[in-house]
Amino acid sequence: MNAPEPFLGVTEHTPVRHHILSVLVENKAGVLSRVAGLFARRGFNIYSLAVAPAESSAKFSRITMVVDAETTPLEQIVEQLDKLVNVVAITDIAPKDAVERELLLATIRTEVNSRTPLSDVVANSGAAIVDVDAHSITVMLAGTPKACDLLEAQLEEFDTIELHRTGRVAVPRLGTSASA
Amino acid sequence: MQLTGAQALIKSLETEGVEVVFGLPGGAILPVYDPIIDSSIRHILVRHEQGAGHMAEGYALATGKPGVAIVTSGPGATNIVTPIANAYMDSTPLVVITGQVASGSIGTDAFQECDITGITQGITKHNFLIRSAHDIPRAVAAAFYIATTGRPGPVLVDLPKDIAQSTMEWWYPSSVEELDLPGYRPLVDLDLERIAEAAELIAASERPVLYVGGGTLKSRASAQLLAFAERTGIPVVTTLMARGAFPDSHRQHLGMPGMHGMYAAVTAMQKADLLISLGARFDDRVTGKIPAFAPLAKIIHVDIDKAEFNKVRRVDVAVRSSIDRALEALDATGVVAQDLEVWWKEIDTWRETYPLVYDESDDEKLLRPQLVVESIYKASAPGTIVSSGVGQHQMWASQFWGFEEPGTWINSGGAGTMGFGVPAAIGAKVGRPDRTVWCIDGDGCFQMTAQELVTARSEGIPVKIAILNNAYLGMVRQWQEMFYEERYSEVYLDADLPDYVKWAESMGCVGLRARTVAEMHEAIRIANDINDVPVVIDFRTDSSEKVFPMVAAGASNDDIMVHPSQREK
Ligand SMILES: Cc1ncc(C[n+]2csc(CCOP(=O)(O)OP(=O)(O)O)c2C)c(N)n1
Ligand SMILES: [Mg+2]
Repeated sequence: MNAPEPFLGVTEHTPVRHHILSVLVENKAGVLSRVAGLFARRGFNIYSLAVAPAESSAKFSRITMVVDAETTPLEQIVEQLDKLVNVVAITDIAPKDAVERELLLATIRTEVNSRTPLSDVVANSGAAIVDVDAHSITVMLAGTPKACDLLEAQLEEFDTIELHRTGRVAVPRLGTSASA
Repeated sequence: MQLTGAQALIKSLETEGVEVVFGLPGGAILPVYDPIIDSSIRHILVRHEQGAGHMAEGYALATGKPGVAIVTSGPGATNIVTPIANAYMDSTPLVVITGQVASGSIGTDAFQECDITGITQGITKHNFLIRSAHDIPRAVAAAFYIATTGRPGPVLVDLPKDIAQSTMEWWYPSSVEELDLPGYRPLVDLDLERIAEAAELIAASERPVLYVGGGTLKSRASAQLLAFAERTGIPVVTTLMARGAFPDSHRQHLGMPGMHGMYAAVTAMQKADLLISLGARFDDRVTGKIPAFAPLAKIIHVDIDKAEFNKVRRVDVAVRSSIDRALEALDATGVVAQDLEVWWKEIDTWRETYPLVYDESDDEKLLRPQLVVESIYKASAPGTIVSSGVGQHQMWASQFWGFEEPGTWINSGGAGTMGFGVPAAIGAKVGRPDRTVWCIDGDGCFQMTAQELVTARSEGIPVKIAILNNAYLGMVRQWQEMFYEERYSEVYLDADLPDYVKWAESMGCVGLRARTVAEMHEAIRIANDINDVPVVIDFRTDSSEKVFPMVAAGASNDDIMVHPSQREK
């Protein structure tokens, strides 16, 4: 199984002028709404957003956002975010300095006797089959956004019942200085 | 000491040094109103919650202290949304306490429930929904800390009724750490490298302008501004939000810039090679068409809020600092600009060619509104505070009143909230009872919040209201005249309906009317002699008067329209 390529820029979902913001927030009610509300209010675009408890303590959560730095200067997005009282720290990661991963889950209708093409796609993309019944298969890929894009494109050949992507999470590539 | 949440709230306000709150009770806030009876805090009972909010703003703008308002849930809370938005736009420190339905009922569409923290998310600096009585002191302390530090603004504290009724062991945070605000860092070290860069730009400049905004007043930097301006000889403009930050009588003061600014102030900015922005935010009412604004100028931008840098205009040097500290540091460099003689000659020519003018009043005709403002100003003691509504009268007040010190101009700048004037004047008078407080109001604005004069009369707050009654929503009329071929749509208000004198009298105020110049002077004299009750004067002014100079919305500041009498024939 080949390891997915590192993601270096454009995907179908995100043009090149996007940035990844890793935002440490207080784990309090309504914080996500404050962040989302700020983006709506100021006309900033979000491509994807993922939230989970942060590593350091239960007091904090981490929001990973892919933002459009084309329509609004990144500086404005960061500075306005920073003004939110519940936002503790913002790390801005340029795509080339990021290790990014995303999870894709897709359920495909496919009869037992015609599964070879799908199995090939699954095997070649580094995905895994995580659920099966007589008429369908659920596949999973944890990979780069580009790998997920590729798999999504390949699945268009099939009868996809449902497809979900989580939006990416990211950490700075080791040895780079992600600006804070 | 065991206290109820309600008692803890009031004790927290007392601990913060609050002397007066503006409010109106209701179901969800009822528990809080009981300990108010025993508190040292003065409560002023308003007639509409919008009044409470604007009074708190007027109080804050006149005193520099945070204004406090208390209202009930649901409609009480939504009624104060406008003042919160207004305070947010003008960076006015406010703490607003709202009652909320009991915790267990939140989310059930309970009676008078409304998601006020959700509604005010975008118009507060921060807000809190309190979840336990133990948290009340922390939330109140944090609210005051956030409202008054960094770039000030409104903070809302939403208190569910059951929490007000439950008990807690009294405590109060004694340090900023205990406020538990890991993401709020308003204090910054001044970066002296930036000051050095700013000094370099100043030293190289031949046509500098000090562009003074509201942040200069917020950081109480008037003395530092005066010292720096006088030492360097650089011309000064003060925005609508900064009137009073630099004396209008000062030779170096060119007046207000912007849409209805002084010709010399607007033009000096357009021709400047350096703008030193002090707590200003390049608002569209100042810049006009942004690409055409001050095209030759380098920008030094001093602000405590770093999100303002590069928001509207690319800056050359950004100094994140309070204005007083930055000016002190700049002054300490001893920097001077290039020889400014040529620059001042140019500026003086503009000042001489295009001073503020208006047509003379004629006893047979209606009063000139500008004359009314000038006459009240001339008849008033130094240090008189003046508030205004929003419209033509606001611009004339800003243009024709002479502001000499901070805290004397109380107005709604960023939001432009009609109805601000009367309640804001009342709040200012509560905060500065030693000063005379005038409100220059419009007939349209007056009708929006006039009922607060009942509050003023019953609480013994003797403000003076000058209605410039032009029988129109005048500012809108002006735009329709100039830009919509005199097609007047829904702007006529009858000069005689309502009868402002009777209305004033019915609210326990003295009501006067002036139609001629002689009546005008007499009415002003009578009003200034009355110091126990509010006075309302219905000045009948000429509805055809327009505010000049004017830069049309979206036009370049180069295309400023001066008064018709100053235009080339
Ligand atoms: C709450 C609110 N509604 C509408 C407006 C739009 N507006 C701006 S000025 C103005 C006219 C104000 O009339 P008046 O108080 O009589 O003042 P004038 O311009 O006649 O001096 C209006 C309607 C506003 N600024 N605020
Ligand atoms: Mg009017």
